[in-house]
Amino acid sequence: MTATDASAFSTVTPIGAAVRRKEDHRFLTGKGRYTDDFSRPGQTFAYFLRSPHAHAAIRSIDVSAARAMPGVVDILTGADLAEDKIGDLICGWMIHSKDGSPMKMGSHPALAKGKVRYVGDHVAVVIAESLHQAKDAAAAIAVDYEELPVAAGLATAQEAGAPQLHDIAPRNTAFEWELGDRAATEAAFAKAVRVVSLDLVNNRLAPNAMEPRAAIGEYDAGDEAYTLWTTTQNPHVARLVLSAFVGIAPEHKLRVIAPDVGGGFGSKIFLYAEETVCAWASKRVGRPVKWTAERSESFLSDAHGRDHLTHAELALDAGGRILGFRVHTRANMGAYLSTFASSIPTYLYGTLLSGQYDMPAIYCEVDAVYTNTAPVDAYRGAGRPEATFLVERIMEKAARELGEDPAEFRRKNFITKFPHQTPVILNYDTGDYAASLDKAMQMADIAGFPARKAEAARRGRLRGIGYSAYIEACGLAPSSAVGSLGAGVGLWESAEVRVNPTGNVEVLTGSHSHGQGHETTFAQLVSARLGIPIDQVTIVHGDTDKVQFGMGTYGSRSGAVGMSAIVKALDKVEAKARKIAAYLLEASEGDIEFKDGKFTVAGTDRAVPFAEVALGAYTAHKFPTSEIEPGLKEGAFYDPINFTFPAGCHICEVEVDPETGVTDIVKFTAVDDFGVVINPMIVEGQVHGGIAQGIGQALLEGVTYDSDGQLVTGSYMDYTMPRADDVPRFDVGLTETRCTTNPLGIKGCGEAGAIAAPAAVINAMTDALGTEDVPMPATPATVWRICEAQAAARRAAE
Amino acid sequence: MYSFHYRRPTALNEALAVLHADSEAKMLAGGQTLIPTLKQRLAQPTALVDLSRIAGLSGIQKTAEGVTIGAMTHHADVARSPIVREVIPALADLAGQIGDAAVRNRGTLGGSLANNDPTADYPAAVLALNAVVSTDHRSIPADAYFQGLFETALEEGEIIVAVEFPQVDKAAYAKFRNPASRYAMAGVFVAKTAAEVRVAVTGAGQSGVFLWEEAGDVLASDFSPAAVDKLALDPSDLMSDLHGSAEYRAQLVKVMTKRAVASIA
Repeated sequence: MTATDASAFSTVTPIGAAVRRKEDHRFLTGKGRYTDDFSRPGQTFAYFLRSPHAHAAIRSIDVSAARAMPGVVDILTGADLAEDKIGDLICGWMIHSKDGSPMKMGSHPALAKGKVRYVGDHVAVVIAESLHQAKDAAAAIAVDYEELPVAAGLATAQEAGAPQLHDIAPRNTAFEWELGDRAATEAAFAKAVRVVSLDLVNNRLAPNAMEPRAAIGEYDAGDEAYTLWTTTQNPHVARLVLSAFVGIAPEHKLRVIAPDVGGGFGSKIFLYAEETVCAWASKRVGRPVKWTAERSESFLSDAHGRDHLTHAELALDAGGRILGFRVHTRANMGAYLSTFASSIPTYLYGTLLSGQYDMPAIYCEVDAVYTNTAPVDAYRGAGRPEATFLVERIMEKAARELGEDPAEFRRKNFITKFPHQTPVILNYDTGDYAASLDKAMQMADIAGFPARKAEAARRGRLRGIGYSAYIEACGLAPSSAVGSLGAGVGLWESAEVRVNPTGNVEVLTGSHSHGQGHETTFAQLVSARLGIPIDQVTIVHGDTDKVQFGMGTYGSRSGAVGMSAIVKALDKVEAKARKIAAYLLEASEGDIEFKDGKFTVAGTDRAVPFAEVALGAYTAHKFPTSEIEPGLKEGAFYDPINFTFPAGCHICEVEVDPETGVTDIVKFTAVDDFGVVINPMIVEGQVHGGIAQGIGQALLEGVTYDSDGQLVTGSYMDYTMPRADDVPRFDVGLTETRCTTNPLGIKGCGEAGAIAAPAAVINAMTDALGTEDVPMPATPATVWRICEAQAAARRAAE
Repeated sequence: MYSFHYRRPTALNEALAVLHADSEAKMLAGGQTLIPTLKQRLAQPTALVDLSRIAGLSGIQKTAEGVTIGAMTHHADVARSPIVREVIPALADLAGQIGDAAVRNRGTLGGSLANNDPTADYPAAVLALNAVVSTDHRSIPADAYFQGLFETALEEGEIIVAVEFPQVDKAAYAKFRNPASRYAMAGVFVAKTAAEVRVAVTGAGQSGVFLWEEAGDVLASDFSPAAVDKLALDPSDLMSDLHGSAEYRAQLVKVMTKRAVASIA
């Protein structure tokens, strides 16, 4: 595709144009403003004393020596939180167990009260004139810990006798949830001709946004109001939680500003201890309080992702068609339930287990388990990568066990009629799974694979190919639906379109860009709709004083939901402008046509451009203000009527060097159906980034704790982030079925790569190595161990 | 980082005087390990003695025996030196594989050798090439210089001035990188002279760089990858960690040795 500068469009930037991102000039020239770039007069610096133990009772905390250190302004602990009646951090999605009981949410104070439950848990905060002084003083705090036995492993934490994290949650179990029809699924298995089973580990990941979390809290004693600058993906939700649950301040006395944010991947959805403490402490000390995470703090305390143990079985009939699917998953929650943690392994996971396939019966059980590790919550894809990995691994394994071609096995089980009601809540509105499979197979040159494999074998290399025909549910989400499933909030989005008298436009959105390119994509929509140049459109977001309310950005929702709200507001703007244009043109409103940025009297050449109508709206000279209010500003709330269902097919081809265990991804093909695409260049970038993270999960990344609950992968010396030379060139393509439930036909693209890629890579690895047992991350050492075991078995057989 | 005094002497004697007067002072020779250590508050020296402005500590000279490289010469300068490329091209190749571009522009030969990180690259070249480490008051042969993890023959306050690398018939370096840190998990430098073959291994040994003498002996009579194929390195003295077992490292050492030999056989 050819990239074009946004400024090159003197008139309209149409939907579908690959314009360069408006925001990139700011970012690439160092003019972006991130939370840490802000400094407030008189600001102090916070440093958090963190638990060195995974599980310990705190007998006492002696801060007297530390308090006397140079530059110390204050030192606060859980006792001070209690004194100010500051509430716990909460999990905002209520899940009920099979027996009807509500989930068991362990107390999660922003600063520990009597107990620490993971390495990095927050014990105290030192607030000082400088960060160095704060660190010096923190080293002088004397904490008397009574170390407790540690439940570090997901596999054993539910066992009788395992150390207990929360009194409220016996067997460290937060909930035992189920979805689907157990009896129907049992019946399906009873008549199965073949049952394919699979045990999987979905490895724990650290999110690693480029910008670490940061916060500045400031209290204005005159207004009795707080301002919190912070790295959040959803400033209004942060404010709501801080007001309604934590009790820092009422909403109208708390302003949350999320300025430029350098990546989130989900990890910045949540309300954490540090941001909460900065806001609260700013009133206690009477000065602004600033905190910026160091990378090692990010590893310790940002919510991690994934971390499932799953056993699954697929029931097939004599013709290789799926009869039923049953799944039991244990999901690691870490030490506390993070903000949306409970929804990830449940309604964002179990509901996706039908994949692209016609499955008559599904039954899924999920146990949510506390361990002495950092909290686990949404990370790019959030539940859906875990579902896709499971479905696509067992489909591949089933095809191999049946001796069928993996593509054709998938194809014959594809859903082909829409809308399609799955047995696990979701109703797919549209899709064409064969189209993306066919296109991907053609791009990946499946026909040529056997020859490539033979050629590689001559060089002593093992080639394999793997498919991942994924589906995800995006456009989160119909509010009444998620409300009935336990969500504490609605998931609509808001927009306000403000047309200025000179005809340029500000759009206020409740979604939040932290790398997605909304300033360009959203402006493109407005430009196309109003017929004005893209540089006459500004997108405003990330400030609760500017945008009235919104739900933020995650779950690939900003296009499907956020832009739909903008469309609704634009509809209202156009309707009003049409009335005003009729007066300006002295014509009947019914005769006014709006096209190419001009209001025209049908059948004549009498026309008035949009900007002139805007000016007319504000001068209000030529229409009766008793009938039409002056001004041109409209707002809208859009609540989706269904999820959207992006889907596609990724194909990975690998070559393994059995001598070293090194895997080379020689070809990666991604064909995605995102519905209507606004800006293909931005979409392609989202796909690239997602695949890089998916390959990271498959081959490189894995958070490791030892049996004492110490984080082994606490820095980039041991946690392998994908680098440019770890990922191949990506061959990407699109197919399109319009989403039928939103006005633009958009499905969403932000997570697809991270959802699809791990299964594609591991299916290729298992093909290359001839074993289904290839764990993630499939590091060179792991792969070599597999190759070596196979060689030893061959030697023994000879 | 804790507070410290910063000194930047212009003469060797001046640096020695500071270091001998203050046993808690540390030399700064590029700082690619030391600065991150300080930033994490893992070291608290009283003073840093920056060696970068001392005359005569950097530069590359061709000698009758080979090439002499000043201790404060940056990796990038070794990598692109026409002299090194001509006399011992494998040494330039090795320097060009250290860290990333930023590390190569700041890190130095002497800094790497004084630190003697078990996963550093230069120790393999120094040991395989049988180089001589010259300090402010003596010369130390490679066989005597490396004494274990982060341990060397250097005395307190002793400053490396230069390293003398003898020319050899053939040499090559093959490295397998740790996927996360990109340090060597198995770095093998093979050097062949008329008299012997020396195979030095970094990144894998529990006690740092070591000579794989068995491989050297075999290669002295049959300089081919096939000769190495028959060997098995005992893993009992090799490192084992998150990134690979001792057995895996033994395999990597063997494969890297084969690949180094193959590149010059």
